[in-house]
Amino acid sequence: MNTLIFLIPIALFLGALGLGAFLWSLKSGQYDDVEGAAWRVLDDGDDKPGR
Amino acid sequence: MSCCAPGTEGAADAERARHALPSSEELLLASRPVGEGLRQSDLSVPGVHCGTCITTVEGALNALPEVVRARVNLSTRRVSVVWKEEVEGRRIDPQAFAAAIRATGYDTHLFSLVAEGDDALRNQLIRAVAVSGFAATNIMLLSVSVWSGAEAATRDLFHWISAFIAGPTLIYAGRFFYKSAWNAIRHGRTNMDVPIALAITLSYAVSLWETLHSAEHAWFDATVSLLFFLLIGRTLDHVMRDRARSAIPGLARLSPRGAMVVRPDGTRDYRPVEEIAIGEHLSIAAGERIPVDCRVIAGASDIDRSIVNGESDPLAAAPGTQLEAGAMNLTGSLTVEATATARDSFLSEVIGLMEAAEGGRARYRRIADRAAQVYSPAVHLLALASFLGWGFFDGDWKHAMLVAIAVLIITCPCALGLAVPVVQVVAAGRLFAGGVMVKDGSAMERLAEIDTAVFDKTGTLTLGKPRLVDRDKLNRAHLSLAAALAAHSRHPLSLALAGANAGPAPVIDAVTEVAGGGLEAVTGQGVLRLGNRAFACGKAVTSEDAHGLSEVVLTCGGKVLETFRFEDGLRAGAAEAITALKQDGIDMAILSGDRAPAVARIAGLLGIGRWRAALSPREKTEAVAERAAAGRRVLMVGDGINDAPALAAAHVSIAPATAADVGRQAADFVFLHESLEAVPFAYQTARRAGRLIRQNFSLAIGYNVIAVPIAILGHATPLIAAIAMSTSSIIVVVNSLRLRGRLPAFAVRAADEARPVKPMVRAA
Repeated sequence: MNTLIFLIPIALFLGALGLGAFLWSLKSGQYDDVEGAAWRVLDDGDDKPGR
Repeated sequence: MSCCAPGTEGAADAERARHALPSSEELLLASRPVGEGLRQSDLSVPGVHCGTCITTVEGALNALPEVVRARVNLSTRRVSVVWKEEVEGRRIDPQAFAAAIRATGYDTHLFSLVAEGDDALRNQLIRAVAVSGFAATNIMLLSVSVWSGAEAATRDLFHWISAFIAGPTLIYAGRFFYKSAWNAIRHGRTNMDVPIALAITLSYAVSLWETLHSAEHAWFDATVSLLFFLLIGRTLDHVMRDRARSAIPGLARLSPRGAMVVRPDGTRDYRPVEEIAIGEHLSIAAGERIPVDCRVIAGASDIDRSIVNGESDPLAAAPGTQLEAGAMNLTGSLTVEATATARDSFLSEVIGLMEAAEGGRARYRRIADRAAQVYSPAVHLLALASFLGWGFFDGDWKHAMLVAIAVLIITCPCALGLAVPVVQVVAAGRLFAGGVMVKDGSAMERLAEIDTAVFDKTGTLTLGKPRLVDRDKLNRAHLSLAAALAAHSRHPLSLALAGANAGPAPVIDAVTEVAGGGLEAVTGQGVLRLGNRAFACGKAVTSEDAHGLSEVVLTCGGKVLETFRFEDGLRAGAAEAITALKQDGIDMAILSGDRAPAVARIAGLLGIGRWRAALSPREKTEAVAERAAAGRRVLMVGDGINDAPALAAAHVSIAPATAADVGRQAADFVFLHESLEAVPFAYQTARRAGRLIRQNFSLAIGYNVIAVPIAILGHATPLIAAIAMSTSSIIVVVNSLRLRGRLPAFAVRAADEARPVKPMVRAA
């Protein structure tokens, strides 16, 4: 029971972190061109997802 | 265009020149302002497939001074270009972008669908899916501990945590269902969202009540995972939704706003088209569209009447020729007499047809909606019956309530909600990989139902570009002479002639173009003329060409040197496509605006028994409507402006990416690669999708048949609900994924061909 006191908040916090990361990546346009991103990583002059 | 290696580039050039670039006019209209004097254009580039393609296309575009930024999207095979409207006081011609892309070797088309990136509702739905997914996993973890036998105190704690996670999720992620259900109820209807909203609200309320009383069973996990699955279905469905689209604005743009009226005393006055009266004289310059139906009284020109008959061959206009509003005056200036007002002109008639056709199409109801209409009252009745049944049976109304809620949760259309959209999204992905774009999910359902296919000829079954016949049998010297003359003209036959000459051509200066006739040059050998027979021979010969081919005659001093005949080559894969559709038992016909001999030739080549020639847009639309009235489901495949009303009137329609903007707007499917085999491919994919949707429905219903009795008998616990719900959803999704698979050979080939070939390879 005692362990639950901190384990559950930690679990929820980590989950929320993942959710936040997903929402952020969605907002910053990282899913707009999934195939293209795989190639652009090899391109030196290009480092941010654009629209 | 020309190259010094004889014999090799003839074919390659013909290959390259096959698709004209999108016109500047269309590109400009399809672009949208993004502020600060900038505009954005979206072009589809079906050939991009790797990192090098991205760099090549973006590099070529960014090298242009007017381009602010260019971005290739590899997933959607599109490039969006943001460009300045003006550079140093010069207006920018957006065709330069298309030309720059073409110069790198990639084919490009105008892309005029609504840009999906700006879809706010889709993003809201994805966020809701993420939130409900987070909530569902966390609550499910807590529930697993409860089910594996947590002691009472821990169980209560877990229930409370679940309640706190589920509450806000219900409000945030469930709002789509609440809104939709409320809308339906307010209008006295019921839809799939009513049982959903009822189930999630009631199960949450009951679970909260149970938690307050430290009871054993809470349904929070069911509530939230239900929401999660349903939102996935809803999001996919939104991607495949019917988009409001209309080809009417595109048609209306073909009408010039005004025209130059010439008064009897010779003064000129620019007036809006609506104010032009019958009998007034108008002056029409080269490059202008005809404002109203009229008759030529002076001047000569070539008229592009593709809006009337879909043909690329211009009509020679001379005094007495009748012209239709919307046709394009290509070469000379004309003085005409208006024979109809703008309201009674040809273009207004086409717009009227379009309005009627688009209005009639809204009748199709999607499979999912039809299923919902049966399903949702059934579920309500079932839940109500079990509530009353248990209530009267053992008098324990609370227990009756719990059973009714269990029934609502179990029957909740998770799998049903996923059944249609998952299949359609997978099918759309497969079609896209094969070079076919789908505008909405209902189009795919409609395509699966067809039993008749109607084709346009020029630009659909054929390439719509003339090709020289029997090039090898012609006198080389005459061909190069003709090519040298033809190089001075933009007439489609001249372009084809110039392109067909493989060797070096003599240089001929001082070529004059006689509008409606041909080309003339005075050389040492005499007067050379290249054009129609009447013009070239210098006398009025009227030979009705019954062979169905267009011809150009080269004469020297009135003596015929050579007759060049042109045919409109069949589109690649046309024969295979017709054979495939025939095997599927589809009834086929050709409806063309072209002359009968030309249509008969193509119909004979392809083995299509029924054809009609010289049809106006109205007659085409009526022919489609007649078949529909006879109970047939008609697929229309066409590309021209003259096909647009028929495309909209047909049960479902397909257009090539090279089609006129209006045609592409009106069609449900657009195929990007050249091969016509895209049509049977789309049909077969739609059929398979239809079959999978029906399978999914039976799976979902089969699940209900097993699970509902358990729920009605009161044996459904949250654990059973969770297992049953997830399993049925997963089965439906996995079944849908069976649609993926190998692409047909033509699509793989087309994808290879769409990539630019290195000049070395091409020459080899």
